[in-house]
Amino acid sequence: MASTQVTPTRMELTRLKKKLTTAVKGHRLLKDKRDELMREFLDLVRVNMELRQRVEKDIQSANLNFVLAKSAMSEETLQDALMAPKQEVQLNVGSKNVMSVDIPVFDYTTRTADANDIYSYGFAFTSADLDDAVGSLAEVFPDMLKLAEVEKSCQLMAAEIEKTRRRVNALEHVIIPETQESIRFITMKLDENERSTQVRLMKVKDMMLKEAGYGKKDQ
Amino acid sequence: MYKVAVMGDYDSIYGFATLGLTLLPTDGQTDEEASRTLRVAADSGYGVIYITESLMNRISREIERYDSKLTPAIIAIPGVSGNTGAGIANVKKSVEQAVGSDILFSNS
Repeated sequence: MASTQVTPTRMELTRLKKKLTTAVKGHRLLKDKRDELMREFLDLVRVNMELRQRVEKDIQSANLNFVLAKSAMSEETLQDALMAPKQEVQLNVGSKNVMSVDIPVFDYTTRTADANDIYSYGFAFTSADLDDAVGSLAEVFPDMLKLAEVEKSCQLMAAEIEKTRRRVNALEHVIIPETQESIRFITMKLDENERSTQVRLMKVKDMMLKEAGYGKKDQ
Repeated sequence: MYKVAVMGDYDSIYGFATLGLTLLPTDGQTDEEASRTLRVAADSGYGVIYITESLMNRISREIERYDSKLTPAIIAIPGVSGNTGAGIANVKKSVEQAVGSDILFSNS
């Protein structure tokens, strides 16, 4: 293991101990962050799924209306009718911070306040089916925008959760055990050094006593 | 101030023009050309780009580039030719990425 590469000094030991405290603290914080993000994500992703199913259904029925409308009119009339849209959507993008993840907040304004400006054509030459089709699409749009906001948030949060989970795992299974191992290695090495110094001192003391004539006379 | 665009084959998206969204029809474009259209749109102030599921499958690599950015949000919508399920699959993919496996919608 990496513990064989550490220098067994007191300074290194202090450094490693400090590192371990930071790692443990960081691990706890990141774990909390992951849990909270996960909770928010699971709520949001359920909303996402529900919205998506609804929007898909509504768009499909709107598409059906358009097909109906198209069948009742000539291609040119239809293109003429839709050529110059009166309405324009302007999107305000704000952002909200959820557990250090920036998620978008969409808010839209239309250029004109009149809801009937989506009908950009005279009613004389177009079929009523087209009005229905355009109307049904206009009804879906707020949901579509909400879906965009929620789905983007889910994507961003999923990426952040993955990143956080990796960090938590790396700390839990690699950094912390390795540091603990190194600390144990250094402590043992230092203890061993201390014992060997002790023994050496005792030995020297014995030799000095013997030289001075106080040594044991046996053997 | 951002704008909203819709990408895909003309038949699937032309209705959105009436709502005031920008149309980016990709009829007859190759995958590379469609990717370029998306890239240009993403760089020119579109906050949300709706894209038909069939086109999304074709240029998914280009779309992945915007996954980590706040804007544009690229959102799948069903086209006139039907639903490929790519939108739902995307939601499941997020769950899988976050949780590790799809625990919420695996049976739906």
